[in-house]
Amino acid sequence: MLGRAANGVYWMNRYLERAENAARLIDVGFHLALTRGDKESADEEWKSVLTTTGQVDAYLELYSDFNGPQVFNYLLRDKDNPASVLRMVENARTNARVVRTSLTNSVWEATNEGWMILSEMLARPVRETNLGEVLTAIRRQGTLVRGAMEGTMLRNEVFNFARIGTFIERADNTARILDVKYYVLLPSAAWVGSSLDNVQWDTLLRSVAGNRAYSWLNAASMEPRGIARFLILDGQFPRSLVFCYEKIRSNMAGLAKEYGHEVSAHELLRDAGARLHQTSIEEIFEGGLHEFLQDFIGKTIEIGNAIAADYRFIE
Amino acid sequence: MTAASTTKFDEMLNEDGSVRPAYADFCDWYDSQDKSWLKRQDAEAERFFRRIGITFNVYGEEAAEERLIPFDMIPRIITAREWRKLTRGIEQRVRALNAFLQDLYHRQEIIRSGRLPIHALRDNDAFLSQMIGFTPPGGVYTHIVGIDLVRTGPNDFMVLEDNARTPSGVSYMLENRETMMAMFPELFTKVPVRPVSDYPRRLARSLRACAPPACSGSKRPVVAVLTPGIYNSAYFEHAFLADQMGAELVEGSDLRIVDGRVAMRTTTGYKAIDVIYRRVDDDYLDPLSFNPNSVLGVAGIMDVYRAGGITIANAPGTGIADDKAIYSYMPEIVEFYTGEKPILNNVPTWRCSEPDALAYVLDNLADLVVKEVHGSGGYGMLIGPTSSKKELAAFEAKLRAKPDNYIAQPTLSLSTVPIFAKEGLAPRHVDLRPFVLVSPDGIDITPGGLTRVALKKGSLVVNSSQGGGTKDTWVLDE
Repeated sequence: MLGRAANGVYWMNRYLERAENAARLIDVGFHLALTRGDKESADEEWKSVLTTTGQVDAYLELYSDFNGPQVFNYLLRDKDNPASVLRMVENARTNARVVRTSLTNSVWEATNEGWMILSEMLARPVRETNLGEVLTAIRRQGTLVRGAMEGTMLRNEVFNFARIGTFIERADNTARILDVKYYVLLPSAAWVGSSLDNVQWDTLLRSVAGNRAYSWLNAASMEPRGIARFLILDGQFPRSLVFCYEKIRSNMAGLAKEYGHEVSAHELLRDAGARLHQTSIEEIFEGGLHEFLQDFIGKTIEIGNAIAADYRFIE
Repeated sequence: MTAASTTKFDEMLNEDGSVRPAYADFCDWYDSQDKSWLKRQDAEAERFFRRIGITFNVYGEEAAEERLIPFDMIPRIITAREWRKLTRGIEQRVRALNAFLQDLYHRQEIIRSGRLPIHALRDNDAFLSQMIGFTPPGGVYTHIVGIDLVRTGPNDFMVLEDNARTPSGVSYMLENRETMMAMFPELFTKVPVRPVSDYPRRLARSLRACAPPACSGSKRPVVAVLTPGIYNSAYFEHAFLADQMGAELVEGSDLRIVDGRVAMRTTTGYKAIDVIYRRVDDDYLDPLSFNPNSVLGVAGIMDVYRAGGITIANAPGTGIADDKAIYSYMPEIVEFYTGEKPILNNVPTWRCSEPDALAYVLDNLADLVVKEVHGSGGYGMLIGPTSSKKELAAFEAKLRAKPDNYIAQPTLSLSTVPIFAKEGLAPRHVDLRPFVLVSPDGIDITPGGLTRVALKKGSLVVNSSQGGGTKDTWVLDE
């Protein structure tokens, strides 16, 4: 396939994944803000959502307070925000249009229809009363496109580049969410398993759609190391770092098999994957959770760049 | 001609309101349908087109805007007998076009014989000196041709225009049929309609049959579709055809010359292309040979072409054959190269470059249609009968200033076919563009084509850029 097409399929899926993760963060922020009694702590939650998506500085150039509807409209649809969810969905659809011939009709139609629905929903300011509906629609688009891929695409290079895009983005997103909140998992003198801690842990898990799965695996007992282990090392949880890397590995192996040879990204991925597998949660905490996550995010970027270069995404 | 302009010909209904035989089966079906259900289907069709993304961009409007070409669900129906005659005429004309191009770029016998004045070539940008003395692989110049036909009476089909560069619209022929079959499947069991769906396969076969000398041996020629990109008005069609042919859809930035071949950048390195179906204009094809600022083409592709390394479809320089100044000579051209009288007539045309013709045109401006010689898409034309005095005066000034730039034709009373309007069936003017494939194996005409329809009552302009729509075109089986 064309290098430009591989690039398009890869980014189409990264943008879809990113839009979905942003929707989930907004959902969690909204949920928390509602449960906070006073406006001040509600605003604080919204600020935290902006921090997690890395958009707090850009936001503060336009606005001076963290009023809920203002924040979520900024994140969802502000035309001055180049990283809004609407822009992500448009980017995904534009990339899909560029690689139209690499996609099945079902995948293209799911992407195009999702864009049509969301552009219409996001054409007017979103209110608290319809925020839930909008966020559901955003998550649904990602689900529909992935479902159409699963059900209709040949398991060839196109599929592999699509999945690599999805899991590079997801690994990056989970690591960033965890890194913004890593301090809530650190042992502190004040820690007595207070209800505040429990709320924060729950928030963290919800941000990556892991609250139910974690409770189910751990009989609803919250414990910071357990949570960190779950988000980083659990091989069953589809948003954990280990899971994402395992998926990237298997799709990269698919490419090597189809093309008959490996590229430099395989080597990088093998090293990073081996280290991740061999490490324990104790070692991670010993070396510093923040340092570990920073290193992981850097490695993931490096792998993404190597894939782009090795497979000639651009001239 | 003036007689034809006053009588109206409706393809579905006789003057007494009875249904013509071609439409008998369809009308039986139509009469038995619940009209409110049809209305719902009509609305559904638009949603269907949007979802699958059959859109086009209009030049001069915001780049991001994608518009739908309105689809009308009443088919345009052509009988087997009518089609037989049309195909003979089209085939003759397309053979003549290719012979004409071969001649123009070699010995120019037609000019030596005095049938075509040299000034028709001189100062004509569509004539490319880079093509002189070169014969494209297989001797084919126009691999894909669209012949625009209009009808003024039961047996009066005329050629309005030849599209020998990069005719577009074939995706609408295919998607309109798909849509009709999805909306009214049982209709196709009642009316024997010839299929059009194998057009992409025929196109792929036709292009592969024109492989260049460098594509040797038993391997299947590699075909690619070259598009200017997603902001081009016909991008949907480019992607659609590439997809249906199983060909790569490439942009200029994907291509470069490697070892004397045009090659595309794949994930595993550069891979040679044998046949390129290009949907970019001549001028943008090669910055080394033509427009030096072009980023849509491939630097050096003309050298590779001339050395036999690639087939370009259509060949560069074919635009000279569909130029409106040349058009008026088509009856002579057909006769010169085929030795036969043209089966399909031209629309009578006055060349404003000729003083007598210009005088006539200026005297009768209010009754004529005046077109720019190099224009297309319905831009820059005057429709006398529907223009105000002020518009006529303004156009007269343009004509006097630059008569060579214009041709004029009578205002034809184009045939009508009903559309499904709010008030029920309502007649609207139509034209027809069949699609023709040319290869060394022969000329292949898909039974159908693109019917464009003026949606405004009384309007004669069918161009999609000017608010026209399309219909499914049915050719009935024998």
